[in-house]
Amino acid sequence: MLRFVVGKIVMAALVALTVSIISFSLLHLSGDPAVAMAGENANDAAIQAIRETYGFDRPLIVQYGDWLFSALRGDFGESYYFRMPVTQIIADRLQITMLLGLLSITFALVLSIPLGVAAALRPNSLVDRAALFVSVVGQAIPSFWFGLILIVVFAIDLRLLPASGAKSWTGFVLPTIVLGYYATPAIMRLTRTGMLDVLSADYVRTARAKGLPARKVIFKHALRNAIIPVVSLAAVQMGFMLGGSVVVESVFALHGAGYLAWESISRNDLPTMQALVLIFSMFYIAFTVLADILNAWLDPRLRVA
Amino acid sequence: MSLMRIASSKCVRPLTACAAILSASLFAGTTADAGQADDTLNAAFTKEVENVDLYYTTAREGLILSHSVWDGLTYRDPVSGKYVGNLATAWRWIDDTTLEFDLRKGVKFHNGEPFDADDVVATVNYVVDPKNGVKAPQNVNWMKSAEKVDPYKVRIHLVAPFPAALEFLSSVVPIYPNEYYAKVGPSGMATHPVGTGPYKVESVEPGRHFVLKKNEDHFKGPKADATIGTVDIRTIPEVNTQLAELATGGLDLIWGVPTDQAEMLQAQGGFQVMNKETMRVGYITMDAAKRTGDTPMANKKVREAINYAIDRKGIVDALIKGSAQVIDSACSPIQFGCDQDVKTYDYDPEKAKALLQEAGYGDGFSVEFYAYRDRSAAEALMNNLSAVGIQPHLNYLQYAALADKVRQDGIPVGFMTWGSNSIADVSAILPEFFGGGGQDQARDKEVMEAIETGDTSIDEEVRKESYGKALKRIADEAYWVPLWTYGTNYAMSEETDFEPTSDEIVRFFDVKWK
Repeated sequence: MLRFVVGKIVMAALVALTVSIISFSLLHLSGDPAVAMAGENANDAAIQAIRETYGFDRPLIVQYGDWLFSALRGDFGESYYFRMPVTQIIADRLQITMLLGLLSITFALVLSIPLGVAAALRPNSLVDRAALFVSVVGQAIPSFWFGLILIVVFAIDLRLLPASGAKSWTGFVLPTIVLGYYATPAIMRLTRTGMLDVLSADYVRTARAKGLPARKVIFKHALRNAIIPVVSLAAVQMGFMLGGSVVVESVFALHGAGYLAWESISRNDLPTMQALVLIFSMFYIAFTVLADILNAWLDPRLRVA
Repeated sequence: MSLMRIASSKCVRPLTACAAILSASLFAGTTADAGQADDTLNAAFTKEVENVDLYYTTAREGLILSHSVWDGLTYRDPVSGKYVGNLATAWRWIDDTTLEFDLRKGVKFHNGEPFDADDVVATVNYVVDPKNGVKAPQNVNWMKSAEKVDPYKVRIHLVAPFPAALEFLSSVVPIYPNEYYAKVGPSGMATHPVGTGPYKVESVEPGRHFVLKKNEDHFKGPKADATIGTVDIRTIPEVNTQLAELATGGLDLIWGVPTDQAEMLQAQGGFQVMNKETMRVGYITMDAAKRTGDTPMANKKVREAINYAIDRKGIVDALIKGSAQVIDSACSPIQFGCDQDVKTYDYDPEKAKALLQEAGYGDGFSVEFYAYRDRSAAEALMNNLSAVGIQPHLNYLQYAALADKVRQDGIPVGFMTWGSNSIADVSAILPEFFGGGGQDQARDKEVMEAIETGDTSIDEEVRKESYGKALKRIADEAYWVPLWTYGTNYAMSEETDFEPTSDEIVRFFDVKWK
């Protein structure tokens, strides 16, 4: 088991390194950072000055080595755009994104697990169809559109919630629904399939035959087993949400890390982008590794490094 | 244009339906009542401004904040366009490269520090030093140094004669308190800004949120005293969200509203919608200097044909709209020196075909066409070209990538725009595009010389004449297709009283309640 865990972690570190190399190269290929930094009204001399100040005229491999060495010491440099330490900016914005991600995954789980269970209990019934419909709609609606519709209904028509901002908890309600709803279909479908499998298993039949109440059979015996793959999926979805909340953060003016990443790309703010790509991939990798380890611990057959 | 905007316009385009729902819903309930009740003007920025310190931002939002929080030595009255004293009360040219200023007495910074010659000298000498890395060096590198004559008299020494000095001093050279700046430096100034302007900064969340409070001790100068107690500015990137906030009273004033949405707002009533012309102009640049190799664009007749082929008025009426107008000269008509007496090319596709025939391109040719914004207008321009036999192939890039390409290798044909940084003088546009630098696709010696004369003389008549000469030749040689000016849409609640200006600077001290 220990060998398995260590192997996974070494693998994860290599993945993180590869991600950082690829993203570093791609970011530098996407246009001259000096031109973007100088802004639309800059002239040639200004651009040349910036190129020299920030060392964009050095070979790419030197620039990467420089960055990696500092990053390993926890120093991501200063944002070209904000002229503040990248660590400080990201710490500030990551809080919003993490909070939004946690709320959303909770919302998604609370919505999709009961739906999945209900659908599995009566396959192909009206309940199953309704659950399927809810989840398909969740997958199909573009989040910016759904977000705007919610703003129209809850902010403009009903005046119940603010249209944007993170001033109070009320500002998080609509974004949580939008982001969480998007993750619902996958979790719901997986819960349903898992439950269907388990419910036809012998031990469930045995539990029923023992005369246990249906509620106990479903929640204690069936769901506990069916939910294992759901846990891994939720971990992966959580990773997606951290980096993928760009649109939601933009629509609701939340200014989290997802939006920061998006904007940093258009501003060619290389240090911020590099740090964010690394942090997001670390989160993603960490969640995946955790899920792998969790599964391996639950099921020894999976302990193959 | 930012990637964000390209992407969001891509997302939002198919979403006209959503905009329609949004606007139908605005109808249902419009009681904008938040602002006036607590004397707070709620406004929105679309872009995250990187720094409140104007020397370290290139964003227009920085210019907007700077106008309310700081003062320059002079001020350009946005209505009359005349330069008046601000922190200075009088000035004189000692020689071609020396400007002397008498400073205003009794002015205090927001932290109580009195204003005098030391502040001017410290600010100027700090920003002109290249090692301090001012983000838009062209705003300050025309100055060499500043020198104190007495506590209320300073001299600014210029690198070379620079006729637009007063314009720059009015807009992009705010004066900082020397003692405070020495103590806190640029990072301190970014989070706790101190100026002399009608508003002081109460709080800054970098990029996201700015709160300004009325400066009760504001000096009697050319800027009006603030009348609204608090200005609360949030960054809301999505225009639809800004509109929703405006509808629910969460915002009182927004600008840069896309024309289709502005038209819907206007049709519904309950808001004030205004369109104001700006200094931004659109143009087609052509590779007359053969930077991209042997190209038909090097032929004057082809360039003339392209000028005749474009239906500028049609595109303005159908797509650009608002207060946009067709231009014939390669500058904004609002700018000093923008001679309008130049050769014009009215829409005439037949003449264009005839000219192509004469040039030996009777069967037409295909060409790479570059653009970075207003995709619908870019496509309309391409249709105009196809109609006379020129087959354009669209390359739609991000602004930085396109500007880079123009500077490095040139482009055969491109549709671009230029905002002149809101500087009302052609020296903010002509040298950039016809002065022989990276963006110059004409490389015409005669034009370059005329611009050089205009750029280095401080005699207004000489400047007017030489810029006029350059502009006439640019039109005669058809180096550009000058297209149109751009307007910007403002939307505000009914109780907000504000008159937009063509420099696109929202002066919060000029906003009042009705």
